[in-house]
Amino acid sequence: MLLSLMIFVPLLGMIVVLLLPRESEELIKRVTLLFTLIPLVLAVVLFISYDRSTAGTQYFVSVPWIETFNINYHIGIDGLSVTLILLTALLGPICVLASWRNIEKGIKAYMALFLLLETGMLGFFAALDLFLFFVFFELTLLPMYFLIGVWGGPRREYAAIKFFLYTLFGSVLMLVAMIAVYLNSGVPGERTFDIPTLITLAGTEGHALADPGFQIWVFLGFFIGFAVKVPIFPFHTWLPDAHVEAPTAISVILAGVLLKMGTYGLVRINMAMFPEGIDFFTNGVGFWGNSLALLGFINIVYGSFCALAQTDFKKLVAYSSIGHMGFVILGLAARNETGVTGAILQMFNHGVISAMLFLLVGVLYDRAHHREINGFGGLGNRMPIYTGITTLAFMASLGLPGLSGFVGEALSLLGAFAKFQVLTILSTIGIVVGAAYFLWTLQRVFLGQLNPKYEDLPEINGREILTLVPLGVLTIVLGIWPHFAIEMFSESVTKLTEIMGTLQASL
Amino acid sequence: MDYLENIESLAYFSPEIVLVVFAAAVIILDLLVKNRESEKVAYLSLVGLGCALVAIIVTHSSLGTDESKNLFWGMIRLDGFAVFFKVLLLLATAATILFSLRSEELDARLKGEYYALLLAVTFGMFLMASSTNLLMIFISLETVSLTSYILAGFLTHSPRSSEAAFKYITYGAVASGTMLFGLSLIYGMTGTGDLAAIGQQLPIVLAEGQVTTLGILIAITFILAGIGYKIASVPFHMWSPDVYEGAPIPITAFLSVASKAAGFALFLRFFFSGFGNSEVMQSIDLGLLLAIVSALTMTIGNLAALPQRNVKRLLAYSSIAHGGYLLMGGVLLANSDPDIVNKGISAIIFYLVVYFFMNLGAFYVVVLIANEAGSEMIEGYRGLSSRAPLVAGAMAIFLASLIGIPIFAGFFGKWVLFTAVIEGNLYWLAFVGLLNSVVSLYYYARILKAMYFESAEDTESFSFSKGTFALLSVFVVPTLLIGLLNIFYSLSEKFTLQ
Repeated sequence: MLLSLMIFVPLLGMIVVLLLPRESEELIKRVTLLFTLIPLVLAVVLFISYDRSTAGTQYFVSVPWIETFNINYHIGIDGLSVTLILLTALLGPICVLASWRNIEKGIKAYMALFLLLETGMLGFFAALDLFLFFVFFELTLLPMYFLIGVWGGPRREYAAIKFFLYTLFGSVLMLVAMIAVYLNSGVPGERTFDIPTLITLAGTEGHALADPGFQIWVFLGFFIGFAVKVPIFPFHTWLPDAHVEAPTAISVILAGVLLKMGTYGLVRINMAMFPEGIDFFTNGVGFWGNSLALLGFINIVYGSFCALAQTDFKKLVAYSSIGHMGFVILGLAARNETGVTGAILQMFNHGVISAMLFLLVGVLYDRAHHREINGFGGLGNRMPIYTGITTLAFMASLGLPGLSGFVGEALSLLGAFAKFQVLTILSTIGIVVGAAYFLWTLQRVFLGQLNPKYEDLPEINGREILTLVPLGVLTIVLGIWPHFAIEMFSESVTKLTEIMGTLQASL
Repeated sequence: MDYLENIESLAYFSPEIVLVVFAAAVIILDLLVKNRESEKVAYLSLVGLGCALVAIIVTHSSLGTDESKNLFWGMIRLDGFAVFFKVLLLLATAATILFSLRSEELDARLKGEYYALLLAVTFGMFLMASSTNLLMIFISLETVSLTSYILAGFLTHSPRSSEAAFKYITYGAVASGTMLFGLSLIYGMTGTGDLAAIGQQLPIVLAEGQVTTLGILIAITFILAGIGYKIASVPFHMWSPDVYEGAPIPITAFLSVASKAAGFALFLRFFFSGFGNSEVMQSIDLGLLLAIVSALTMTIGNLAALPQRNVKRLLAYSSIAHGGYLLMGGVLLANSDPDIVNKGISAIIFYLVVYFFMNLGAFYVVVLIANEAGSEMIEGYRGLSSRAPLVAGAMAIFLASLIGIPIFAGFFGKWVLFTAVIEGNLYWLAFVGLLNSVVSLYYYARILKAMYFESAEDTESFSFSKGTFALLSVFVVPTLLIGLLNIFYSLSEKFTLQ
């Protein structure tokens, strides 16, 4: 009940916002803020009251929905999903605050779409029915398309349709795979979309779902769907466009949550439901056995080098996202407890850090109205607080020990090293390049001579600081005490590695 | 098989009789009222449709336990399937009349005949949904075609409309002639016009060697020309973009929904009853033939829609594509598992209901914008989100549903279809269909883009009456809800062919 309430409060908020008069903009913003704060409170309650000692799903609700196809409204949370739900719920009000002043037209529609988006994201992380999972996954598409297309930058139309086409292409492949899983789950009348049941069936020897050949191609269907979202090379080209054109708050959501939907899907569906499939791509013979790790490696190195080449601040952050998501893929490919823990931690950390980075880019853009890195210089004198927070975010992102980014990346690499020595060693190039582009940016924007054009640039204001502080605190806390998050999902990870591990033992 | 004789049949034929009576009454009333009061004629037609609806419900409930009746010595059949299509077609006609009332492109002086013709075409479509005899099939098809030709050319002052009617009649004449030849071949092979009897005879004559599979294939191909023309499937689709573009918008909406639905009713009944025996189906590999036609129809429809700037023409191509999706369900008729055949039919039924609401809704918006902005071109939709936010919102919902995005009904419609197709082991076809959905996103999104991302030079907002919004919500609400409620899925299973 608590969980359902959390998912649908933003939807209710959307209806309320739609009923408010268009002119009362302040009221609309406040109402939206309220309707994003409620899920945050509920998410915190869920996070605290979640029983960390078991891997089982908690707070689950299962109500029949479309009985003809045995589709249920089945939701619940485990340690992994509750962590990401907390991240989503936290970014909600932050994004509303970040949109407070810089959305100039149609604030009502903007806020309504944002609330719809939040329902989609929260529902996605809680869904335990494959069909519901897919519906929530797709529910984020339309609001995102409009949010980029209406309120975005100069090339917003191109970016919006590209985002839409790529994601829809991925999800239709997922849909075929999903229908195949459903049809193979039993005889007519006993078929199911229930994720926990399907996981059990897929592990039952002799069941149609457990057939390795079947699992491999279904794995691929889901994988491409999620890979577009993550994004994994070569499906990544929509991301820089979408990020650059999207308004600040939407970039934050895109990097902070939407990309995580891809990796979450990989963990929840691909790894848990298709152990034979993941085995083929991480443990199989020859090229295929290294393919997933290879993709992680490409993401890391390619993303980092692309970021190094950027002169647009926002594009740089966007490409750095591609690089950092590579660590998640690499950690998942390791399939051992260390690697998967690192990957999940990296998902959360990247959500927090990239959200900070995009907020910071937005702060600068709102003042200078451009993002050209070489156009700044010496801002450190003009905006000391802003410089301080940016440095914190940069350090966290480049993986400075003591800040959260380090822990996730280190664990991912550590886990991956056990299996893919060469690729892991090569992947560390990404960390070096990461340090290079962040430090270089720091130098170009904040150090040196102050560009006379920006002598009167106002310092970051209270509202903006308010959006950054919770995220900054989280990066420090998780850097020093990562166990705070790890203990949430360690049981789930153990269970997941068991599902994949039993298979390994039987080989 | 027991048949009802003519007099007994009349009671079960009451919906059709009501339609004919009202069509005549409409013509008479048209002579009595003055030109400016042509709305009265429309209302009388609506009353006629209402009475027909009551008659349908009464006859359906009087069917009792045996659930179907063969009327007029087996010429037509009244069963759940026919009842479903009659209700759907009747509602489509009602919607068309309501659109026409609001459309400003129609000549008020001619509206009397117009409504009478609409009732007549509905009558023909009722017969299409229930014919079980080759002769009756042809007559019903011709009734619908002839009236449709006139309706398509109803904008007498517009050369485009006349062109539409001319093209329609030329293609139609060829298609129905070809079909008639196919029907005569079947009659020659089996010696009967009754579909059920054909279903029994064909395997026998095939086994005895009196006919060859090639002969059946030729006959089927010829018949498919006629049916394919009605549902606008490739390669018999060429008429539809021109006709849809030239015809009055309400008629375009009517043709794209009702004419297509009636065509599918005929198609399903013909192949289900006449070729229900899967041996014959498989001997001529009908499944593969239909699958290729289906894949080509949706692909060509979607690709041709991509460059369109005229929204009406764009929706015409989109409706060809949707015909292709629907045909995927028809492919399953060739499956050897009766359970899967049934799933295919109920998927088509479900999709038709969804398509009815989303497509008619989209066409209604086209009517509204044509009235207000005076344009059918995509440019006329620029800045609609600020000029008429509610209408733009409704259009966005229809388009999102046509693309097939959750939570809109179109997604669930596709879901049901694709699940059935994959269950029939036609993975490649499902794949083609899904890739087509992605392609279709591009052109539907162009309208979304114009409405939301671009701004108009003229920013004056449109004003619409309350009635407009009421009618719009009749289409919006089901487009939002149908997929979410289990009852529609179970209903669609109830009305399949037995």
